[in-house]
Amino acid sequence: MPNYLLFLYSEPDAFNETSPAEMQAIIQKYRDWRMRLQKTGVIVGGEKLQDGTGRVMRRTGGETSVLDGPYTESKEIIGGFFEIQAENYDQAVATASDCPHLEYGTIEIREVEMIVTRET
Amino acid sequence: MNADPEQLVDHLFRRHSAKIVATLTRVFGSRHLDLAEDVVQDALVKALQQWPFKGIPENPAAWLTLVAKNRALDLLRRDASLASKAGQLESALPRLSYSAPGSGAEIDDQLALILMCCHPVLPVEYQIALTLKTACGFSTAEIARAFLTPPTTIAQRLVRAKRQIRDHDIVIDPPGGDDLPARIDSVLRVIYLMFNEGYTATSGDDLVRADLCEEAMRLGALVVDQSPLHLPAAHALLALMMLQAARLPARTREDGSLAVLAEQDRALWDRKLIAQGMRHFGASASGNKITTYHVQAEIAAIHAASASESETDWRKLVELYDDLYKLEPTPIVLLNRAIAISRAEGPRAGLSALQEIEAHHSLRQYHLLPAVAAELWKQAGDRSRAADAYQRALECPCSAPERAFLEAQLQRLL
Repeated sequence: MPNYLLFLYSEPDAFNETSPAEMQAIIQKYRDWRMRLQKTGVIVGGEKLQDGTGRVMRRTGGETSVLDGPYTESKEIIGGFFEIQAENYDQAVATASDCPHLEYGTIEIREVEMIVTRET
Repeated sequence: MNADPEQLVDHLFRRHSAKIVATLTRVFGSRHLDLAEDVVQDALVKALQQWPFKGIPENPAAWLTLVAKNRALDLLRRDASLASKAGQLESALPRLSYSAPGSGAEIDDQLALILMCCHPVLPVEYQIALTLKTACGFSTAEIARAFLTPPTTIAQRLVRAKRQIRDHDIVIDPPGGDDLPARIDSVLRVIYLMFNEGYTATSGDDLVRADLCEEAMRLGALVVDQSPLHLPAAHALLALMMLQAARLPARTREDGSLAVLAEQDRALWDRKLIAQGMRHFGASASGNKITTYHVQAEIAAIHAASASESETDWRKLVELYDDLYKLEPTPIVLLNRAIAISRAEGPRAGLSALQEIEAHHSLRQYHLLPAVAAELWKQAGDRSRAADAYQRALECPCSAPERAFLEAQLQRLL
């Protein structure tokens, strides 16, 4: 079964006015979603990316520039990602469709390219 | 990824964040209350961004404290006027762990913060808003929902309260021996008003109102536990709140409709809470000052101890309402007194007691006045006057369950 990465985008300032009680409730929702998928082996991994740091490198005319990132055209940045197993994109979308993150941000799904190791 | 603990403790974020704010404010000083709040909000947001991916840490409270501490140290390094506080911060914050019992020997950070929020220099509505925000971890929006007030008004009260704290140089360090009782009185008043707002629930968001009652009881217990003084009034207030709250489960039926006292299933009353309330009522019987909380607690205790409405000592209740009126001369007290009179001496006696208060301007829009009159006319056998009175009650503003109750009563008469 192929693996898919779910990139969770959100606005860094989205929760500045959220109350402690609401934040606790939101965390609980993510937890319930993740635990359910972990138990059935659908989620195989995930990482949180550090907030507010990043570098963007680019080489133009032999000159390498390094900019502080994260760099993005939109206000949303990737907060972290989950790695899941799914038969196809439809199933990956179905898995992500009840992720609580959709209430607060965007999810981008990308299939991990399978490397063919055996010659046909 | 590690296995998570099953659940976060109820209200952990709200209560623990309030604790950290209290300790940070004690270290930074009251004029940096905003800074303390920002630090804690940052820590909570950090948890919200990290825990969905990494799981809930084994000790969430310790995690939040540590992240807040690091954030605070970061800020101290950048602000020369606060740089000297770093050592104090290092020793103050690690003491915090969730639901650690208070030492009782000295006023802890939380009570110190509440005393500051309830400083008598501030208007009482500022005191309430500030206490809920900083000592109870409510957001501006939640306070607004609880008090049916626009969020902008609450936000304005908070800004002004903080400005007055700076202008009047109100410190968070608790007052000395002689000044303390008066300051505690002010705290008790705020707790009482918070509880009443939650308990009377004439309309609005039920959930946040139940939280108000719970928070008021928590603060009441905190004053009782943490205060170095033995304060009979604090015990009386806590008793009053517990005895009232114990009856809440019976107040609404499964379909959401209201059950009046006579119809309540007393088996649903929270016996454990009643027992606790009775203990605090016992502890309140010392000193030489009878407060309004004492009298109200005794009224609640009589109801809680009665097996049924008919076995209730209504004559004693009439006496207590007379006592209460001396302390608190309001028409609401007279209304309750009239109800007690009607139970003790019959509906006609109750109706004549009601007449004394019907002229009160402040009760003109109060639905319970005609609602009580209607009930008494019905008991006296005058159905048409009862129906008229229900009609008048329905013309006043009241909550949806109350409206449904009044309409049902009216239908039965027509």
